[in-house]
Amino acid sequence: MGQTLFDKIWDAHVVQRKEGHPDVLYIDTHFIHEVTSPQAFDGLRRRGIRVRRPDRTHATADHNVPTLNQHMPIREALSRHQVEMLTRNCEEFGIELYGLGHPFQGIVHVIGPELGLTQPGMTIVCGDSHTSTHGALGTIAFGIGTSEVEQVLATQCILQYKPRKMRITIDGQLKKGVVSKDIILYIISRISASGATGYFVEYAGSAIRNLSMEARMTICNMSIEMGARGGMIAPDETTFAYIQGRRFAPKGADWDRALAYWKTLYSDPDAVFDKELHFDASDIEPMITYGTNPGMGIKITESIPTPEQIAEKERASFERALHYMGLKPGTRLLHQPVDYVFIGSCTNSRIEDLRMVAQFVKGKKKAPHVEVWVVPGSKQVEAQARQEGIDRIFEEAGFQLRGPGCSACLGMNEDKIPPGKYCVSTSNRNFEGRQGPQARTFLASPLTAAAAAITGRIEDVREFL
Amino acid sequence: MSKRTIQHIVSTAVPLPIENIDTDQIIPARFLKATTREGFGRNLFRDWRYENDDESKPRKDFVLNNPMYGGCILVAGKNFGCGSSREHAAWALVDYGFQVVVSSFFADIFKNNALNNFLLPVQVSDAFLQKLFQAVEQDPQTQIEIDLPEQYIRILASGETEYFDINPYKKACLLNGYDDIDYLLSLDEAIRVYEQQRERV
Repeated sequence: MGQTLFDKIWDAHVVQRKEGHPDVLYIDTHFIHEVTSPQAFDGLRRRGIRVRRPDRTHATADHNVPTLNQHMPIREALSRHQVEMLTRNCEEFGIELYGLGHPFQGIVHVIGPELGLTQPGMTIVCGDSHTSTHGALGTIAFGIGTSEVEQVLATQCILQYKPRKMRITIDGQLKKGVVSKDIILYIISRISASGATGYFVEYAGSAIRNLSMEARMTICNMSIEMGARGGMIAPDETTFAYIQGRRFAPKGADWDRALAYWKTLYSDPDAVFDKELHFDASDIEPMITYGTNPGMGIKITESIPTPEQIAEKERASFERALHYMGLKPGTRLLHQPVDYVFIGSCTNSRIEDLRMVAQFVKGKKKAPHVEVWVVPGSKQVEAQARQEGIDRIFEEAGFQLRGPGCSACLGMNEDKIPPGKYCVSTSNRNFEGRQGPQARTFLASPLTAAAAAITGRIEDVREFL
Repeated sequence: MSKRTIQHIVSTAVPLPIENIDTDQIIPARFLKATTREGFGRNLFRDWRYENDDESKPRKDFVLNNPMYGGCILVAGKNFGCGSSREHAAWALVDYGFQVVVSSFFADIFKNNALNNFLLPVQVSDAFLQKLFQAVEQDPQTQIEIDLPEQYIRILASGETEYFDINPYKKACLLNGYDDIDYLLSLDEAIRVYEQQRERV
């Protein structure tokens, strides 16, 4: 029987397999950031041990950093302390840090692929659930807790039971105005916020193959929002072309060797998955969420469900969500006024996202009552945007182009949506209070966000193309 | 960390019949700035517990503010702990005093984080979960028994019992206070051999 892509990579990383025990899995690359690492470093100090492979560990500051005046000391004392702690821990344990002010600083899941640190066939972990992003390059990448961060720092290994495998195939042609964010919001709306729990997902099909590398990252990024341990896409020419020449990519003879191996990384034709789902790309429309988990999504022209359309067991949660959002069942979201637009996060803050938005808003102005924040995923994305003149397009449109970080995706820094306000956001979570206490989030693609910024209300972007 | 164990627990329970409780609700992001593991219990379910983030204004309709309910068992709706990987959610539940969370479904990362902090996730059927909610809501003094060696959960008054799954390795860790890192450190030689082989390839 053939092997899945997932099996090939997993099995190549098993250090020890023992009946009844989780596998001891070797980790090639460990990304750390300031929020989920300090307690792990404390643990190492308590045990009196070092980081086993500082060379396989890469650090950046992203969750807590301000996106304005990044050259100044961080004003908020606790955030500053946490970022300083990361700096001290990296110095003490010999880990390279792309901290504030460094030209490579940025959101951990943006900089990994961007620097060529993320390569097909790797196992990658980080104390962050959106680590699944890296799976777009054909890796097994998943989020872990701080105790597990400590395990990996100490031993470069992690104890894991092998999850079940699911393949989601999307074939066909995407319609105009439909982008990769819509694909993943569509899938999650179909299978729910827990529809892939216990599984590792491989995305396949012609609609996936036709996506750019960055668009694939958006899909894998949100795997966790349907409960999946991670998501991955078999590497192909798009992947290889993306990696070649990047800073930490293999060079010369190493490249040839690596490429030969990477080309073996696909699910064999007779490989068996525990679950298979198929979707038709032409059924996907621009998507938007109406509720307080990413599974509560609809096509932009559809109405919010009525309680009768919701399973009885889930009705209380549904009604609670609509109450929080200040929305009525059975109504449409189209033309709903919004107050904020946030374009950023590890889901949609890469240069292609910014280009897509810039192309749409060029020569237009934002609606007067809307506040628009564009937060690039990294210093390199920011620099590229400035080089291409995207910064001037945003400035003329009245958008604020800020410094890189996680920003209003989770509101750990000052970038919070005020209570009761509506925000169209390109991020990944619409949980209660996620973007600030009592903030109300509509998740959507960068295109739909750009349209909302211009008119000040939720739009069907296809009417503008 | 490694000194705690879980064996047998009898306690009243706190019912939270909401589905898809994400870790942002368990501990909002703005409280993740601490650099130690202690003190998160104060901010457990912070935005459900207090009006406008004000500790002097507890929300009367939230169960943690209802003096009728207490105990070290939290009973929650399906898909508990989804969303962010923050282990702070498990730390907050433990720091508040919970030792067990019962639900009909747990998110994967949360489940691992809970087990690594000696917080026992007990997964039961939908039907048994509804029985638990009914029993506890009818009588907040209802005693729930959880036995890890025999892997069962029981409503003592009615005797209704369900067996739950836990993987044998993690069960041994919880019963004996073992720690994953001690175990992995003991495999140093195997890891070294693996690294040498891998780097040759």
